[in-house]
Amino acid sequence: MMVRALALMGALICLALPLRAEVAIQEVTSPGGIKAWLVENHDIPFTALNIRFKGGTSLDAAGKRGAVNLMTALIEEGAGDLDSQAFAAARDGMAAEFGFSSDSDGVSISARFLTDTSAQATDLLHLALTKPRFDSDAIERVRGQVLQNIASSAKDPGTIASDLLSHAAFGDHPYGSSGDGTTASVQALTRDDLLAAYRGALARDRIYVAAAGDISAADLGAMLDKLLGDLPATGAAQPADVVLTAKGDVITQSFPGPQSTISFYQGGITFEDPDYFAATILNEILGGNGFSSRLMDQVREKRGLTYGIDTSLAAYDHATILAGSVATANDKAAEAMQVIRDVWADVAKNGVTQKEIDDTKTYLTGSYPLRFDGNARIASILVGMQMLGLPVTYPATRNAKVEAVTLGDVNRVAASLLTPDELTFVVVGDAVGVAAGN
Amino acid sequence: MSKKSWIKRGSFVAVALGLTLGQALADQVSSFGLENGMQVVVIEDHRAPVAVHMVWYKIGAADESPGHSGIAHFLEHLMFQGTKDVAPEQFSKIVAAQGGSDNAFTSPDYTAYFQRVASDRLDLVMRLESDRMHNLNLSQKDVDTERNVILDERTQRTDSDPGALLGEQMAAAQYMNHPYAIPVIGWRHEIEELTRQDALDFYQANYAPNNAILIVAGDVTPQQVLDLAKKHYGPIPPSDKIHDRIRPTEPPQLAERRMVLADARVAQPYVVRNYLAGERNPSDQKEAAALTMLAQLLGGNRATSVLPRALEFDQKVATYTQASYDGVSLDQTTFTLAVVPADGVSLDQVEKAMDAVIDQFLKTGVDAEEFARIKAQVKAEQIYGADNTQGLAHRYGMALSSGLTVQDVQAWPDLLQAVTADEVMIAAKKVLDRRQAVTGWLQTEGAAQ
Repeated sequence: MMVRALALMGALICLALPLRAEVAIQEVTSPGGIKAWLVENHDIPFTALNIRFKGGTSLDAAGKRGAVNLMTALIEEGAGDLDSQAFAAARDGMAAEFGFSSDSDGVSISARFLTDTSAQATDLLHLALTKPRFDSDAIERVRGQVLQNIASSAKDPGTIASDLLSHAAFGDHPYGSSGDGTTASVQALTRDDLLAAYRGALARDRIYVAAAGDISAADLGAMLDKLLGDLPATGAAQPADVVLTAKGDVITQSFPGPQSTISFYQGGITFEDPDYFAATILNEILGGNGFSSRLMDQVREKRGLTYGIDTSLAAYDHATILAGSVATANDKAAEAMQVIRDVWADVAKNGVTQKEIDDTKTYLTGSYPLRFDGNARIASILVGMQMLGLPVTYPATRNAKVEAVTLGDVNRVAASLLTPDELTFVVVGDAVGVAAGN
Repeated sequence: MSKKSWIKRGSFVAVALGLTLGQALADQVSSFGLENGMQVVVIEDHRAPVAVHMVWYKIGAADESPGHSGIAHFLEHLMFQGTKDVAPEQFSKIVAAQGGSDNAFTSPDYTAYFQRVASDRLDLVMRLESDRMHNLNLSQKDVDTERNVILDERTQRTDSDPGALLGEQMAAAQYMNHPYAIPVIGWRHEIEELTRQDALDFYQANYAPNNAILIVAGDVTPQQVLDLAKKHYGPIPPSDKIHDRIRPTEPPQLAERRMVLADARVAQPYVVRNYLAGERNPSDQKEAAALTMLAQLLGGNRATSVLPRALEFDQKVATYTQASYDGVSLDQTTFTLAVVPADGVSLDQVEKAMDAVIDQFLKTGVDAEEFARIKAQVKAEQIYGADNTQGLAHRYGMALSSGLTVQDVQAWPDLLQAVTADEVMIAAKKVLDRRQAVTGWLQTEGAAQ
């Protein structure tokens, strides 16, 4: 049976054309000097616009944890002469859609607007970005929602584990705590705190913009000047880089229920590192999603210890991390942790196989062009590429970078990057036979 | 202006279905049939070299025989256990090796399988999907292993989630006779007893081209899809076991039902109420259109709809409100209201406040400006929706496997646009009937209410 299955695969691989993401990106500079990337497509009469302000919740001032998160949620709760409901009515009347969100590295605005109301939509979004009201009743209403989210997170084992991991890895750096803030810190935030967070986070010295859809380069340039031209030139200082702490210890937190949620991590690798693509392939083989990974094979398929296990390589603006997670029955937690440690040590010492690399390359190069379908997806991807400092030619060259990685590269990176002694675990649950400490 | 044609082998009739609104949209839909009864829908979008391939079987959890709850979903899992040509668990790996992704899902009314791949790999996924339509292999060992996976899935997604448990209990109370009372994943004690033979019987009775809909969306032409469909699905013979789905219907519902689920794991209590509601039917979707607009008026907008305006902004007794209705269903569905109380407000208080708002709405009627804004958004959704081909394919698949036609899907935006304020109020007065409703409280165990 296997032989026939493989023959089927082989036949189809031969059919495959060389895969390259074909997306025509224009670099646009507005008359006022704001840079943006654009993919023009006039098939559908709307434009997706993505704006990202670098910094995000990591810009929270000392003692004001949660300020940027609450501020971001309030941008659409009234601006200029419009209170919250009047703003929503104006937006919906022209069927525009605005989304505001924040994470540890940025405040993001994603907008969709119809071609025939793009001027009015630009005016309204400009009002929100430059004249948010922060009305006291809106602050209290949204604060109540944020506090309920924090209370819910406190009963969610996945969030508890991720918060403990962040703190263990990054300590007092903003990456070391939840950007939502704590109940106490959010309760203490004042309107002045939110105004300060707003002035610190939304400034022209940290803007990345991408658009995709029914708009020309000239029209986009004019729109960006109108939209962003009168924001303050500078904002709050960006946080310092942080080196993650990973001592190879075990951090435990009791939680009721039949399962333990286990997170684990060690140091990662920067996107600029010449070995980044080798490390990406290594992570896919170790615990990626595309294929049956080493960890999936050992923890689930061979031993049935879990429903799923995965790892990911994250390069944040100020730190890197290689982290994973798994949920398992309380009495299997100790065994699952030992298997993870063993896989880590084995791959560091013995490396991976050529077949694993070939399979992973096929997956990575095949899936990449599939990302670029739809204006909304393209705008979002293009902003991310700019924040990484990539050129517009990147989509056409990225698969060649993946293909260039050799078995020697991956095994060299496995030996240097994977540090079994520093692999640190967070266990949330009532795991049997798992003790905190080293 | 739209037409579905069943075609003879060797000939090709594809009728592009125009849109009344937004003729220039990328929503290029063709529909035709294979000689063995398989329906085919093609949605063209040539902006990116991607194709989504879906097969929807017109069989779901509500079609299971008594005592066998969960068999439709169990079989969905077992469909990945291989055929004589594809080894167990290889299906997804073959798709992933081409950079693609795949998945499957089961509802009360349908079971669907889909892959998202580069458009030049369509032949591969059609070969794989057509193979498992009639060549499934099931070993006893694989069935036993997968049963444990399903039980684990139930533990994680239902038994560990008090909100999901309440939803399950409420559905069981809502439907006194119709099988929508039974959860898709199945009751645990019945899942434990499902056998390999049960799965094979269900497979052989229901998986056939004349009980399936093929949907291909993306960078493809109808002719390409037809050629490949004839090559892969065409040779599979139709089954003579496929019947119209006639299910037990609800008797008159005369008494309101209420329930409380208290659980220590609840962080956020809430009140939810489901009213029995009519569904979209072929060539008969007007009442469902009115109910869709009613849900938008009551809760579609977080700032300006009736419920958030009254409960979150004016009275400040709630932090979240919801009104929702999805008319895509083979049989009678539900219209849902839900409210999360603000800190210090009891479930009893917030439910009374919600009912007072509903009573007031039934007296004052539709806000004309809000209604006009919702219609602008409905119109825009046709444009925004065309950006997401996979979403469009999903919309057609759900509708066609829930008894609707391509024409019904095409007519829907215009029907929404044509709903009048009077029709909304007539539908509201009919649906918001507590005698046909189930009200659930989710609360933290031990907390006073």
